[in-house]
Amino acid sequence: MTDFPIEKIRADFPILQQTIRNKPLVYLDNAATCQKPECVIDSMSELYRTNYANVHRGVHTLSVRSTDLYEGARDKVKQFINASSTKEIIFTKGTTEAINLVAQTFGKANLAEGDEVLITAMEHHSNIVPWQMLAEQTGAVLRVAPINQQGELMFSEFEQLISDKTRLVSVVHMSNALGSVNPVQKIIDLAHAKDIPVLLDGAQAIPHMSVDVQALDCDFYAFSGHKLYGPSGIGVLYGKQDILNAMPPYQGGGDMIRKVTFEETEYNTLPYKFEAGTPPIAEVVGLGAAIDYVSAIGMDKIAAYEAELLAYATQQAAHIDGLQIIGQASEKGAILSFVLDKIHPHDIGTMLDSLGIAIRAGHHCAMPVMDFFEVPATARASFAMYNSKEEIDVLMEGIKSLIEVFG
Amino acid sequence: MFEDLRDLYQEVIFDHNRNPRNFRVIENADREVEGFNPLCGDRLTLYLKMDGNKITDASFQGSGCAISTASVSLMTEIVKGLTEDEAETLFQKFHDMTTGKNEEVSIDALGKLAVLAGVREYPARVKCATLAWHTLDAAIKNEQSSVSTE
Repeated sequence: MTDFPIEKIRADFPILQQTIRNKPLVYLDNAATCQKPECVIDSMSELYRTNYANVHRGVHTLSVRSTDLYEGARDKVKQFINASSTKEIIFTKGTTEAINLVAQTFGKANLAEGDEVLITAMEHHSNIVPWQMLAEQTGAVLRVAPINQQGELMFSEFEQLISDKTRLVSVVHMSNALGSVNPVQKIIDLAHAKDIPVLLDGAQAIPHMSVDVQALDCDFYAFSGHKLYGPSGIGVLYGKQDILNAMPPYQGGGDMIRKVTFEETEYNTLPYKFEAGTPPIAEVVGLGAAIDYVSAIGMDKIAAYEAELLAYATQQAAHIDGLQIIGQASEKGAILSFVLDKIHPHDIGTMLDSLGIAIRAGHHCAMPVMDFFEVPATARASFAMYNSKEEIDVLMEGIKSLIEVFG
Repeated sequence: MFEDLRDLYQEVIFDHNRNPRNFRVIENADREVEGFNPLCGDRLTLYLKMDGNKITDASFQGSGCAISTASVSLMTEIVKGLTEDEAETLFQKFHDMTTGKNEEVSIDALGKLAVLAGVREYPARVKCATLAWHTLDAAIKNEQSSVSTE
């Protein structure tokens, strides 16, 4: 393994220091949500203990402090994804709300009957259903680009599905069910050649690789805090300023207005126009702390370490008879989705849990992906930077043992 | 290695999972209902042949985990010959057992179905065991053509 401070990192995560069913916890459900380092937990606790008040409202000291911390976190997000301005960073509840926001504002303003949104066959439900709802409201049409048996986007088919009716391309950066990383740069270049904006669902990609929204030139980028070692209940919608400015607001309420009378309301400027009501202040501060934490380690180092973990896991899994990996894209993040011959993923999940190993068993909110591979569900081990090669050994031994028990 | 799981995965369950009973389609079934557990993707179709209010044959098709397969397999064996009311009573008892209500009374009354009592300790797996019975309940009530655990 590369020179990666795995022991130091593990020590930063209090939850990892426990046993489950008398076995050391092996947490491999990171694609569902990641655990939190002490610094994130402390940042939120510290806010509540010493600095908490509502933001953007009071002249009193605590309000000023809270506002500074809140806006400071926005600046951290901006730097983390290299946006050109904090005006382009909208705080949401998570990736799901970010995509729904785009569907209900940009979508409603720009799509009419017969217009098309193009997605891929590997999307999470959160990048399918908001568009179906929009389609119901506007008469727009959802187009789906196919994937191949490796779980890779079929690019030429994707290209053919772009038409003069396409108003938005919305694709996942990295698939949660398969681990496939999409050729997003090619997708963006292709779409932009026809003046079609592109939204990237970055929920899975963001903790695993460095993301530069200006280099990518994507129009929207959505991600969640809780998959990036930050708290749940907070996410980010990045949007290009001119597009966000042209969009109608999402929800109405406090903070998103500049002037209200009963006759007329003037909306606030970016990014506040899209942040109605008191925001999740502590969660934003926690996300800022998480960004500081991963930035100090370095996203490129994290990516390199996780690539080694995945390669090791894939190689070990190949030695297990009856194990089939679902998703074998050549560009792939640290997710090992698999099925075992004649053993249902749910049984795998319960059996591994009795050994202290947490994996996900199910359809991973990607039922169309399950249908494509003709499996009801998969077992999924998803890795984070705090996982070790030894934990993968424990997983593989567990799988071998349960295969024996099921006989 | 899996000592903790002995109560959940008893040998009878492995046996029914490997060799499910009544795993077939009943042609001209009087009732045919699909059961679905969206949490895990388990899906089964239950077929009943009726003589008046008596269940004369029961069978199923579908795929699921060991717990749900064993549960539906055992159920199709045990409900054969029961009246609708008797089957409904059994469903109530089974439900009480798997959700931990009246456990002592109901386990005695359930005979071989008692092998599924272990799910009580695994809240995430209770629905695996009860999917078959909710499907039967819908089939008896003849209300819908599909039923979901959620």
